[in-house]
Amino acid sequence: MKNFEYLLAAWIAVWAVFFFYQINLGRRFAKLRDEVERLKQQIQLLS
Amino acid sequence: MKRLFPILAVLTALMLGYAVYQALVVAPTERTMGDVQRIFYYHVPSAWTAFLLFFVNLVASVAYLVKRNPKVDALAMVSAEVGVVFCTVVLVTGPIWARPVWGIWWTWDVRLTSTLVLWLIYVSYLLLRRFSDSAQAPALAAALAIFGALDIPLVYFSIWFFRTQHPQPVIGGGGSIDPRMWRVLLINWMAFLCFALLMCWSRYRLETMRREVEEAQALESLLGDDRGPSAEIRNPKVALNRSGQ
Repeated sequence: MKNFEYLLAAWIAVWAVFFFYQINLGRRFAKLRDEVERLKQQIQLLS
Repeated sequence: MKRLFPILAVLTALMLGYAVYQALVVAPTERTMGDVQRIFYYHVPSAWTAFLLFFVNLVASVAYLVKRNPKVDALAMVSAEVGVVFCTVVLVTGPIWARPVWGIWWTWDVRLTSTLVLWLIYVSYLLLRRFSDSAQAPALAAALAIFGALDIPLVYFSIWFFRTQHPQPVIGGGGSIDPRMWRVLLINWMAFLCFALLMCWSRYRLETMRREVEEAQALESLLGDDRGPSAEIRNPKVALNRSGQ
């Protein structure tokens, strides 16, 4: 297998980029869900 | 629509798995470069997907400037962000492919430099969206997106008009490609398109949710100014009004 290490490196790099983006999206979703919960509690307190 | 998302997710996962198998096992090995040429099946579909997403961003930006519809603005932002992800894949896989084939990681030729500039333009676009609280930010970003999109044809046609280190196009440029390679390339592109659609879908949901939360926060701060216990601290006029009553 000629230059297989470069192919492997590229393959890992591609999926690393996608993986980190998905992790980032997940974190942002979690942060927003926390904020929604906090706002719901605020509404309950006000009403 | 909510039911469609998991179906699309499963379909995309299956397509990506099949595409990996096709790219790494089924596609014939290129005679000169060997297995490293298989990077082609990630590098090229990523570039095409990024171009398509930046084009969607252009159309949505123009539509936003005409109609001022916030949903179109959200679509512009989402397509730019996912486009940057795919453009990053292009910029990462390119040098890894170049090193064993050209003997260098990077060279400042027109194709490579214009791609880097394209990536920087859209990163600037995202930074503008992220850090500007101005009401004019969506319109300014839309204008930046229109100028940024001018770089797309330059990236695409640079290898036709300039002598570059980057090879001439094998597709639509007078070159030839083995029909089996062409088939694997299309399978990978389809899989990447489905993946991009899935990413855009979740990012659009996130953006809609973020805007709703921001509206709720604004409402909360308004209510807080009028009724909240700390309103006097934040706004002395409220305290004066209350003491007057």
